[in-house]
Amino acid sequence: MFDDFLFRALIAGIGIALVTGPLGCFVVWRRLSFFGDTLAHSALLGVILSVSFDINISLSIFTVSSLVALLLLRLQKTTYLANDALLGLLSHSSLAIGLVVLGFLSFIRFDIMGVLFGDILSVNINDLLAIWLGGALILLVLWFIWKPLFASTVNYELAEAEGMKPERMNAIFTILLAALIAIAIKMVGLLLITGMLIIPTAMARNLSNNPKQMVILSIVGGLLSVLIGLYASFEINTSSGPTIVTVALLLFILSLTKVQKRY
Amino acid sequence: MSGNDILVKLSNAGISKNEEWLVKEVNLEIHKGKIVTLIGPNGSGKSTTAKIALGLYKNIEGKVERFTKNISYVPQKVSIDWTLPIRVIDFMVLTQDLNSEEISYALNLTGIEHLKQNNLRELSGGEFQRVLLARAIAKKPELLVLDEPVQGVDFPGEVALYALIKKISETLKCGILLISHDLHVVMSATDHVVCLNGHVCCSGSPVDVAQDKTYKELFGEKSSQLLSIYEHDHDHTHSTDGKIVKEV
Repeated sequence: MFDDFLFRALIAGIGIALVTGPLGCFVVWRRLSFFGDTLAHSALLGVILSVSFDINISLSIFTVSSLVALLLLRLQKTTYLANDALLGLLSHSSLAIGLVVLGFLSFIRFDIMGVLFGDILSVNINDLLAIWLGGALILLVLWFIWKPLFASTVNYELAEAEGMKPERMNAIFTILLAALIAIAIKMVGLLLITGMLIIPTAMARNLSNNPKQMVILSIVGGLLSVLIGLYASFEINTSSGPTIVTVALLLFILSLTKVQKRY
Repeated sequence: MSGNDILVKLSNAGISKNEEWLVKEVNLEIHKGKIVTLIGPNGSGKSTTAKIALGLYKNIEGKVERFTKNISYVPQKVSIDWTLPIRVIDFMVLTQDLNSEEISYALNLTGIEHLKQNNLRELSGGEFQRVLLARAIAKKPELLVLDEPVQGVDFPGEVALYALIKKISETLKCGILLISHDLHVVMSATDHVVCLNGHVCCSGSPVDVAQDKTYKELFGEKSSQLLSIYEHDHDHTHSTDGKIVKEV
C-alpha cells in the first residue's frame, strides 16, 4: 500500500493537516501570519544548504528557520522598527540569500518549483516518518503548553503576573512553527505553507464561538482540503499543493455564508 | 504588623524609562487579609507600581520581594482580539482549572452568572470588568492585584463590588493591592492608603492620609472629608508634570 504514491501523499497530507489546524489557530490569534511566511521563506536557504552539504533536509530547514526566528526576537529588542518591517527584512533577505547561494551551485540540479510549491507526489517513506513522528512531537508539546500559551495569547501581562511564563511560551511556539515548516515544506512548498496554516483556520473562525471548536474545525477544514484537493489534482491533473490550497479557499468562501453576526 | 503574614514588599522600588523616572522610591508592604490602595492623579505611577509589585518589569531599581506565587491580576485594560472566539466560561479557566460549580459561584458573586455562555466581545464595559473580577476571585489567590476593577460599572454595582472586594479580603484572607479613583470608597474600605505622584507623597491609614496636606493639594480640600486641624509640615510641591519643586 505504501508503494502507491497517491496513498503516501494522502497519509502525508493527513499528518500535516492534523498539525496545521491547531498551530494555525495560534498563528491567527497572535497575528503571526506574516511571521509564518518569513519562516517559510527562510526555509529556501535551509533547503539549499541541505542540498549543498548533503545534510538532512528537515533538520537543515528547522535550524535555519529557528535561527531566523531568534534573530527576529533579537531585532525586536534592539531596533525601533515595527514588526512588519522587521519581518519583511528577514523574509526577503533570507529568500534573496537563498537564491544567491543557489547561483553559486550551478552544478547541482535543483527543482526550485518543487521547493516553492511543494511536490506532494514525491513524498517517500522517510518523509512520511518525518511528518508523522515530527508532527506527533509538535502536537505533544503543544498539548503540554496549551494553557500557558493560550493565556499568553489572550493577555501577556496577565499571564506573566499569574506565573504562565509568556516569554518562554512564545519561544517554544516559535520553535514548533519552525518544526512544522521543516516537515511540511516538501509537501506543500514554501510559498503555500502559510496558506495551509491560515486558510482552514480562517474558515474555522467563521463557524466557531469558542477556542476548542475553532481548533477542531480548523483540523477538519485542513483534512477536507487535503482529501478533496488530492483527489481533484489526480482527476484534473493539476499540481497537488496549489490544488489543496485552492480547495481550502473554496471551503473558506462556503463558510462565509455562516459567519456569526459581528456585534 | 510585620512578620510572616507579609506577601509582597517593595523597598525603594522604582523604574525609569529613557532616563526619566516613571515612579521611584516606593516602599510598601502588602499583608494577608489587608487592603492597600494606591491613589494619585493620572500618570502618577499607580499602574506602574502595581506592575513592579507583580514582577512585570525586568530593569527595576530597588528591591521587590514576593512571598507567594498564588497571584490574581485584573489589569487596567484587557482587549480581546476579534480573531479569537472566547466565551466567559473559556476565559474563567484561562490560568486555572475550575469545575462548573466553581465557575458559576464566582460569576454569581459578581452578578453575571447569566452571561456564562456569552462571547467576551459581546459584553459591555461594566460586564467585562465583572468577568475579570470573577476570574481573579475564582482562583482563590493569596495576593489579588486590582487595577481600577470597577471602571465602567454602574454606581450601585460599584458599591456592591467594593463590598465584595472587602469581603473577599476577609474570607480568603488574601492581601489586596487596589488602584482606584473612587476616593469616597477607598477611604472607607481600605486598611492602608498610599498616595502616589511619581513617588510616595504620603501614606498611612485612610484617616491619616485624608488629613495630609499633600493629599489635599492633589485632590482638593473637598475630598478631605475627614478634615482635621492636624497638619504636618511638607517640604515640597509638584509642578504640572509631577516633578518635585522644593519649597524655599
